[in-house]
Amino acid sequence: MSPLQLCLLFSSALFCIGLIGALARSNTILVLLGIELMLNAANINFIAFWRFSPSPSPATGVLFVIFSIAVAAAEAAVGLALVIAVYRHQKNIRLQEAARLKG
Amino acid sequence: MNAVLIAIALVTLGAAAVAMTLRNLIHSALLLIASWAGVAAFYLWAGAEFVAFAEVLVYVGAVSMVVLFAVLLTRRSRDDLTVASDSARRAFSGFITGGAVCGVLFGAVIASPMGVMSSPTPTVTVRQIGTQLMGTHAASLLIVGVILTVALLGAIVIASADRKDNSEDTP
Amino acid sequence: MIAAVTTDAFLERAPVLLRDAVTGFLPEPWHTLVNALIAIALILGIFGTLFAFITLAERKILGRVQNRPGPNRAPIPFLNVRFFGLSQPFADGVKALTKEDVVPRDADHVLHYLAPVALLAFSILTFAVIPYGKHLVPVELDAAVLYFFAAGAATELAVFMAGWGSRNKYSLLAAMRALAQLISYELPLLLSWVPVVLIAGTLSTTAIVEAQAGWKFGFIPHWHVFTPWGFAGFVIFMVAALAESNRSPFDTPEAESELIAGHLTEYSGFKYALFFMAEYFGMLALSGMAITLFLGGWRAPLPFLEFIPSYVWFGGKLIVMILGFIWIRATFPRLRIDQLTRFAWKFLVPLTLINLGNAAFWSLTFHWTGPLQIVRWAVGIVLVIGPFVVMGRKLSAGVAPRTYRYA
Repeated sequence: MSPLQLCLLFSSALFCIGLIGALARSNTILVLLGIELMLNAANINFIAFWRFSPSPSPATGVLFVIFSIAVAAAEAAVGLALVIAVYRHQKNIRLQEAARLKG
Repeated sequence: MNAVLIAIALVTLGAAAVAMTLRNLIHSALLLIASWAGVAAFYLWAGAEFVAFAEVLVYVGAVSMVVLFAVLLTRRSRDDLTVASDSARRAFSGFITGGAVCGVLFGAVIASPMGVMSSPTPTVTVRQIGTQLMGTHAASLLIVGVILTVALLGAIVIASADRKDNSEDTP
Repeated sequence: MIAAVTTDAFLERAPVLLRDAVTGFLPEPWHTLVNALIAIALILGIFGTLFAFITLAERKILGRVQNRPGPNRAPIPFLNVRFFGLSQPFADGVKALTKEDVVPRDADHVLHYLAPVALLAFSILTFAVIPYGKHLVPVELDAAVLYFFAAGAATELAVFMAGWGSRNKYSLLAAMRALAQLISYELPLLLSWVPVVLIAGTLSTTAIVEAQAGWKFGFIPHWHVFTPWGFAGFVIFMVAALAESNRSPFDTPEAESELIAGHLTEYSGFKYALFFMAEYFGMLALSGMAITLFLGGWRAPLPFLEFIPSYVWFGGKLIVMILGFIWIRATFPRLRIDQLTRFAWKFLVPLTLINLGNAAFWSLTFHWTGPLQIVRWAVGIVLVIGPFVVMGRKLSAGVAPRTYRYA
């Protein structure tokens, strides 16, 4: 098995762990963390394809990952702020109970 | 070389998997930080130094703190941290969906022909990254900057308490 | 470490030659590994000893400043000779090792144990990229400065683990305070060295030291600290470094009078000593980085002093910095937590951003000569002093100047 395939298997496994976490847990923070894991898995793919491409065009994969990390940081900040706002309204952060649109 | 990759992958996946099953939120968050560090180790292995350090700086340094603060701010008492176990149906359907996606992805990766490429590790210097960020990708850099600013402002606006709610929050 | 160039003086090459003599007996493939091990052992040994004697120096100097002798009674074992109490650190070490290691019953045992270990491990990691001498860089990295601060970012995690794992209200409160402080000061710390990267055009520590070579008028070194933006950056870096290493006057997390011992309340014996050690290692590493970024690294301050080997200059600068830290600790009163965060967000962060613009101006006008050179310096100095005065006045509006009537 070539290293590229190993990298891709690694990233798919990480993606699926994140997906299962996001689907199966009902705590909002854990769901957000699952989404972060999926983003990381995507970044691994970028780096893997950059590393093992036949002619690595200068740094495209690396730049993608840098942008992706920046956006992920923004996403984490907004997501957790939303979690805190939800908690203030209904005093818990279980996903099922955050079903009302009007606070 | 593959052995190092497999070791990194096992540590990262193990930490992530255990984090997603634990009931103590703090332990989950800390294990996830370990798994992010594992991802950074993978970047180092792949020769993308700059990205690895950026990952550690952003995820282990910053995102982790936001997560831990959020965990501590959204609990009523100290013992509130262990999350109630989730319903079996939800967990089951989650596993089915995730497992299906996993199967499809694994099948696709294994089935697709990928020749053994023995290309040398591409080297990318910080200078190259800098010139590309400021040259070819200058527009995206600006957009990312705007997104970050707007997102952080939005986060502050969402998370900061309304003034009139203050009486409610005091015990 | 890189191979020594033969044109250098013997003393300059001595450490590398000595190392090559040791590893020369080994077969070729072992060289890299053994060289790395020697570097690690040397760093741990030198900085460990330095740590021991800095604690002693700190206690003695603090004592002198407060008009008391400080520790002077520890004798040399079996001889009963006191010799200024120089064996005090070893007595302290034995005491810390033989003390009972108390862990609270309800503590989170894993986190309680991991916190000091993680803190120390990451603070040792930061030593890897500092150029200690002309040929003495343990690891050459292209993104060395980024590596340094990435490794330092893990201290916040360790503080959290300590505060949370102890299951003690004071510990948790203090850990939250410490985190608020660390996050606030991380920003000016990171922004204050960006001008250096801007001017030097690199993130590698070796190249940054290289960029500070040469002399102006034959005797003023080209160190970054001798430019307007560099001076401002250095001062901001040092203030933020004081806060990052939890030193007085920014030691609110460990304010004994308010929070017992902060996040270290539930630690005793050797684990406490590890925290203590990590704090000093962090201070040493930040000082070393400040020297590399602003104070010319291992370069001599005057041309005719260049015959003294580079590592001696680095060590000398490091010791001066540490003495400065101790002096500041003895002089300034502790800040309140709200003053502390306001100082970071409303004063230091805007100043660093303006300083970044200042450095950009400096780098754009590098070709100005003659009278334009004077304009360049004037604009640079105004851009440092102007914001400082204006924002300082705003920061202290309503509280200063304070008058003490019965003092």
